Amino acid sequence: MTATDLSTPVPAVAAPGNHATSARRVRSRGWRLVGYVALVLAAAGLLLPFFWMVVTSLKTNNDVFTIPITWLPDPVVWRNYVDIWQRSDMTTWLRNTLLLSVTVTFLQVFTGSFAAYGFARVRFPGRNLLFLAYVGTIAVPWQSYMIPQFILMSKLHLSNTLWSIVAIQAFGAIGVFLMKQFYETIPEELSEAARVDGLSEYGIYRRIILPLSRPALASLALLMFTTTWNDYLGPLIYLRSPELRTIQLGLNTFISQYNAEYALIMTGSVLSVLPVAVIFLLGQRYFIEGVASTGLKG
Amino acid sequence: MATLPRTRPRNRRLVSRNTVAGWSFILPNFLGFAVLTLLPVVVLFYVAFTNWNVFGVAEWTGTANFRRMWDDASFWTALRNTVYYAVFHIPLTLAAALGLALLLNRKLRGVRFFRTVAFFPYITSIVAIAVVWNQLFSPEYGPINALLGAVGVDDPPGWTASATWSMPAVIIVGTWRYMGYYMLLFLAGLQTIPAQLYEAAETDGASPWQRFVHVTLPGLRTTTFFVTVLLTIESFKVFDLILVMTGGGPGQSTLVLSQYIYQKGFEENQFGYASAVSIVLFAICFGITVIQFWVNKRRNS
Repeated sequence: MTATDLSTPVPAVAAPGNHATSARRVRSRGWRLVGYVALVLAAAGLLLPFFWMVVTSLKTNNDVFTIPITWLPDPVVWRNYVDIWQRSDMTTWLRNTLLLSVTVTFLQVFTGSFAAYGFARVRFPGRNLLFLAYVGTIAVPWQSYMIPQFILMSKLHLSNTLWSIVAIQAFGAIGVFLMKQFYETIPEELSEAARVDGLSEYGIYRRIILPLSRPALASLALLMFTTTWNDYLGPLIYLRSPELRTIQLGLNTFISQYNAEYALIMTGSVLSVLPVAVIFLLGQRYFIEGVASTGLKG
Repeated sequence: MATLPRTRPRNRRLVSRNTVAGWSFILPNFLGFAVLTLLPVVVLFYVAFTNWNVFGVAEWTGTANFRRMWDDASFWTALRNTVYYAVFHIPLTLAAALGLALLLNRKLRGVRFFRTVAFFPYITSIVAIAVVWNQLFSPEYGPINALLGAVGVDDPPGWTASATWSMPAVIIVGTWRYMGYYMLLFLAGLQTIPAQLYEAAETDGASPWQRFVHVTLPGLRTTTFFVTVLLTIESFKVFDLILVMTGGGPGQSTLVLSQYIYQKGFEENQFGYASAVSIVLFAICFGITVIQFWVNKRRNS
């Protein structure tokens, strides 16, 4: 074997310039490989907890912690997915959570997009100051005013009702930000033309702006649904009665009650994650656009 | 001069019509926002100076709550732990998010799939995340220590069962959860950097590292600033993850400010004292944001 046979099929009589580019190509191929290895490792690290969750939910409890660790269930046990419904109030929790998530999403999308139009398109004195009040709350964590908010809600006799969660989630600043950001990308000339045609501001909002902003509305709806579905602290503070528990609150009480039922706990976790996971996978594009355009979370 | 009296009433009518229209759009959201967010923030500064308790009887006690806080060892522990979390969580997440974004910004296969994977932890609920990681971190039989044992670590850490290792465990999970979210923000930022800048740098013979330092980093300045602000606030208000994962323990090793507010307020019904601690949290988050805005403005000018 000669040395030339080992090299990649580079023409034997190559101009010096060609040598340089092929060297660069080899180097860039090397970088690609490094890139792929990094991607695969990162993906494995990111997915490991989800893998463990699903695998464990399909094991018998005795097979969860073994030495050495078994990475695949053998045999696959589906029983947990039957048992969980009998041993917990999963149905109540899911119903409450669904009810809350839908209500909050609807209210936030409606009031948020409506208010955003006022901020983006109507000029009136005091508007900028008002918007500053919204912006200012980005820097104020909810944890720092949860106490006075709780006192207030108790005075309004809303604590320990599902309404309390609707109230604290539905009027946040996120909807206003996201929609305002989007409206500002719609050319003003469209509204001007409609105004000349005699359409009122409400008419412009309903007939022109709303139909154009479907992607942004979808982003907001998805973000709000997930936030409300996953909220743990709000329900923890406000919902005391067992029949009002949401899935997160219910799951956590279940975990402390049956803390040695490792497999069953994972079954509950899979069920609590599944609806959001499905919604996320279906509406991924809107999710990512929503996050990228505002950089805000609920 | 002569035209003034004629245009003014019409102008005024336009302004007042716009004011009515503007407010009518904003009002449905603003009512809820004012009552449930603005009002509590204002009331906070009153409650903190009272001894408000579960019966709602409140006496003005002046700075008593703050003087008590000064001598409260648990408060200082909570503050120290919060800073501990922030000091590691912020740079780790920043670096991981930027690294992932740079990786994904190249034209590799499977980038879309990976973007989905990276964002997944962020949309998963804290309760599910905490319970899975607790199983993974299980000191004796958990897969993480099994992996560490396999690569030759003889004395693997006790993670959430140990006062020394519980905070690192929480920081790892926090970083794992949020890096995909900030990665998306960086990706959006990277896409605004014009490709011509990279081409120009390459024809000038700049190495990949030089291109990163002289093209990518300056181009990302606004994004990095914004991400740092969000990350800082997120770190200082960290709560639900820790509450579900460790409950602040073992001992007080992972007790953070938000949880201390929760304990004093909702477990011991000392709303006045809890509000005083809330003001500290408020001041930290607000102060840091203002400083960061100020520094960013100076650097830009």
